[in-house]
Amino acid sequence: MDDEPAIVARNLRKSYGGVAAVDGVDLTVRRGEVFALLGPNGAGKTTTVEILEGYRRRDAGEVSVLGTDPARADAAWRARIGIVLQSTGEFEDLTVREVVHHFAGFYPAPYPPDDVIAQVGLAGKANARTHGLSGGQRRRLDVALGIIGRPELLFLDEPTTGFDPEARVEFWDLIRGLIALGTTIVLTTHYLDEAEALADRIAVIAGGRVAAVASPADLGGRRNAPATVAWRSPEGEPRSEQTATPTALVAELSARLGGEIPGLTVTRPTLEDVYLTMIGSGGRA
Amino acid sequence: MTAATTLARRQGALEIKQFLRSRESVVFTMAFPVIMIFIFASIFKGDIGGGVRFTQYFVTGMIATGLLSVGFQSLAIQIPIERDRGVLKRLRGTPVPKWVYFAGKTVMVLAIGVAETALLLAVAALFFDLTLPRTADRWVTFAWVSVLGITACTLCGIAFSSVARTGRGASAVVTPVALVLQFISGVFFVFTDLPGWMQQVAALFPLKWMCQGLRAVFLPDSFAGLEPGGSWELGKVAMVLGAWCVIGLVLCLTTFRWTSRRDG
Repeated sequence: MDDEPAIVARNLRKSYGGVAAVDGVDLTVRRGEVFALLGPNGAGKTTTVEILEGYRRRDAGEVSVLGTDPARADAAWRARIGIVLQSTGEFEDLTVREVVHHFAGFYPAPYPPDDVIAQVGLAGKANARTHGLSGGQRRRLDVALGIIGRPELLFLDEPTTGFDPEARVEFWDLIRGLIALGTTIVLTTHYLDEAEALADRIAVIAGGRVAAVASPADLGGRRNAPATVAWRSPEGEPRSEQTATPTALVAELSARLGGEIPGLTVTRPTLEDVYLTMIGSGGRA
Repeated sequence: MTAATTLARRQGALEIKQFLRSRESVVFTMAFPVIMIFIFASIFKGDIGGGVRFTQYFVTGMIATGLLSVGFQSLAIQIPIERDRGVLKRLRGTPVPKWVYFAGKTVMVLAIGVAETALLLAVAALFFDLTLPRTADRWVTFAWVSVLGITACTLCGIAFSSVARTGRGASAVVTPVALVLQFISGVFFVFTDLPGWMQQVAALFPLKWMCQGLRAVFLPDSFAGLEPGGSWELGKVAMVLGAWCVIGLVLCLTTFRWTSRRDG
């Protein structure tokens, strides 16, 4: 049964007041992979994951998450998933340790709470009241509460929004630790670098639809897209040429220029290039 | 079953811990009735007839108000704030059954209600000549009126928490309701001195009946004849409070919201 995907969604739809927020989304998330939903704000990412988490009802479509329809989720199903919401829920006057211990009691087979606190890097703050935590530390507490129940599937909704670059990189290391445990992770983000750093596969969502699904290297066919070879002529003039066979061009240039090619670069469209093309065309690229 | 009661006990302990750590709510909740007793006993030094001091009458209203504030006001204000903060949404994402949240609130309300009432009675008896009930009968009445009253207030407080759209607006929505009920239900004035129509409006709500049931505990039997119905009407007290428990429960089950409105 482990070959069965963690999530299958077909033709998912949800409208608010006649406006389609999710307009026919198809997704398959395999077990053990990190799957990123990448898209601009308002693209339908959060609505989609909240349907998968069982928070929202869909208007139409088929959904199976760990073999269950989330709209009919029970406690046993909830015990198998972990959720890190976009907004943090605070417990003001309680300490980190108290909150994590309390949540551990909700699950049949939780991780040892103190281990989880250490894992998310809050060991030094275990006895601090949660209202005194910084934004990044609160997010770590959110993750601790998301994983305390030993989830098979973890949802992370825009986990690093508002982080400075250093905190983001530290947070990614935390997520990589979870990946190493074999947890299936669904990550929503509007940061390209985050999706590229963490995800096995990326679904670009725009206008309530999936514009493309691929590994970060393949997204938008960029692995096979024409490369741009740029160099400087012996007179120092910048030159460039688009080609499907950059290796041949470089060899030819090398022969022509006698060895070293001045100022040589070979580039393919960046993830950002293909992403902007996709969301710019209304998600129907 | 034991797992369920363990969850409820833990949730209750957590709620009490949170309450005790927020100093303002502890001071306000515990001290308010005591301060009010002090003010009223200092202003109205006389008796209300038959050698019964005004304090003896007023303490019944203060006990009822205390239960109303712990059960109704505090929950109707606190729950929308927790909803805004996403605490409720987070709980919904865990396997914990919904009712455990309500059970935790109820345990907290009962614990605080008992502590606050005990403090009020102790202060009133020590410093303001309050005469405590002398018969077991009266203590039994005291117990069931209080438990039924605070249960009705708790359920209505949870139900009313869905009225406020935001946590910030909650206290503006809830405080006037509680204040009006206190004025028309005989907390600050002798109930039968109020205009007849006001008495009739008050009779629709639980606070008036809580006060009346508590008067049966703290006033001499000779005062029963002065009640609007010519007696303590304890049967009616039980019925009205019981009805509000049912109404509150039905509203809780049908209208409770786990997420704030802008959150879908």
